[in-house]
Amino acid sequence: MTQRLLVPGLLLACLITIFTACLLGSTPLPADRVLAAFFGGADIGDRLVVWQIRLPRALAAFFTGAALGISGAALQGLLRNPLAEPGVLGVSASASLFATFSLYYGLAALSPWVLPISAIAGALAATALIALAAIRTRSIVTLILIGVGLSSFSGAAMSLLMNLAPNPFSLSDMINWMLGSVANRSFEEIGLAAPFLIAGAGILLASRRGLSALTLGEEAATGVGLNLSNQRILTVLGAGLATGGSVALAGAIGFVGIVAPHIIRPFVKHDPARSLIPSALLAGLILMIADIAIRILPTSNELKLGVVAALIGAPAFVWIAVQRRVLNG
Amino acid sequence: MAELLTQDLSVKADAILLVREANLRLVPGELVALLGPNGAGKTSLLKAALGLEKRSAGLATLDGTDSEKLSPMQRARRVAYLPQQRPLAWPNTVRDVVALGRFAYGAAPGKLSPADAEAVDRAIAQCGLADLGDRNTDTLSGGELARVHCARAFAANAPLLVADEPVAALDPRHQFSTMDIVRQFVDDGGGALVVLHDIALAARYATRMVWMKESRIVADGPPEETLTSERLAEIYGVRSRIDGRTVEIEGTL
Repeated sequence: MTQRLLVPGLLLACLITIFTACLLGSTPLPADRVLAAFFGGADIGDRLVVWQIRLPRALAAFFTGAALGISGAALQGLLRNPLAEPGVLGVSASASLFATFSLYYGLAALSPWVLPISAIAGALAATALIALAAIRTRSIVTLILIGVGLSSFSGAAMSLLMNLAPNPFSLSDMINWMLGSVANRSFEEIGLAAPFLIAGAGILLASRRGLSALTLGEEAATGVGLNLSNQRILTVLGAGLATGGSVALAGAIGFVGIVAPHIIRPFVKHDPARSLIPSALLAGLILMIADIAIRILPTSNELKLGVVAALIGAPAFVWIAVQRRVLNG
Repeated sequence: MAELLTQDLSVKADAILLVREANLRLVPGELVALLGPNGAGKTSLLKAALGLEKRSAGLATLDGTDSEKLSPMQRARRVAYLPQQRPLAWPNTVRDVVALGRFAYGAAPGKLSPADAEAVDRAIAQCGLADLGDRNTDTLSGGELARVHCARAFAANAPLLVADEPVAALDPRHQFSTMDIVRQFVDDGGGALVVLHDIALAARYATRMVWMKESRIVADGPPEETLTSERLAEIYGVRSRIDGRTVEIEGTL
């Protein structure tokens, strides 16, 4: 019963949150004016606030979260471990490194597609590395250590770039990528990331059945008819595209991809395949709510979404790690 | 007709021969026990026969088709494979794990066609799990888990079963009940190839015993012909007394 209501319930919550995001802000708008602005009525100012500022920002937070949630759920299924996630495995960090790199050398100015494609190249490179390591080692601890290494290396390379930054403008640009934020996102930017997000999510959804089979372990999964190498390639490609797209949109935002699937799993009988869609919706919801909180919190400088996500998510990561029964290392 | 066949099958890892020119055949109606000490090459032989591991020489066919050329789905419909390592990554329900046995037919847990659901129900009943269908697998005992894995394998409705140490780490009662399930599968027209370490158990259930030592098959035949105390001395280095299908191992040589 709860299973049946899970996805519709989450969808409804997401819609309500998007609407709420349009109401709240430095100048709160009443519901009737937001509704009017949605349908092209109201005055030009309201329409501007809703269509140019609040709605794209809320949607950017949603898509970023959804991409990270679905990638996290899929990587957890592939690696059979609840601690796998784009942020933990260094995928987000390496995507933002590649993105920063393209900014630093002015490549991003050549075409609006350069930035998302760089971020995706970084995400794919890291995901492929992790998947290769996963074939060689059976130990999830080793994998996570490799992820930590990747993250540290990407962080160091980013620091190096910042160290060498030619002017304060590029420095602040880079800091944005490192910390992660959806402030001032436009529909154009969402449109640039969307094809990659959609392609990534589509690949993950199309190949999700194999993730259920992997519950049995790789050998038995092959025995029941899973083409293991195809499954690895599809999951890596899908998670790389979606994570890269999310980094292109919002920079590196960690831990939401670990928290959302963890909450969802008991509701879908711990089936990795059935956790993908609800995890995506919940992660999108979490980021939208966090972003609303950031906007209405009276801090002198607006907090970065990635910072808030890590402040909540990192303790959750530790908690999940401690809770986990040691089953297979 | 379903048939798993190897001809002069050899398997190499780096330069070491794990299996040397093995000839093995499994057809419905047989319960074949594969025996031998640790490291004799039993698991490598099974995997290479199924096409899950590369062979270095010889032939391995399933129903006449080269088993390395079969897609995982085609293979899964011809033979159910129960590997030695049987980790379960998530605490799914018993029914959902058994449903994974229908993967080769396009099914998934929570997405079963009527035919899939029927096969899952039958496998659950066959293995005496009817009362445990909704239990999560992390709450089961080792004996119950062994039956869940058997049910998962039977749900595929494949004519052949290859099981690598299905009764390892089970108490005697569960060893017998698991082997009873396998024998029932054979009596119903299936063919099973089972790796066993318990010689007495193998002698009681097997219609044929295949003995391996140091990467070779050294004997293949019914217990009455191949189960001798000389054989046990040669293969395992143990002293034993054998009376028909009753085995008593007295100590090392």
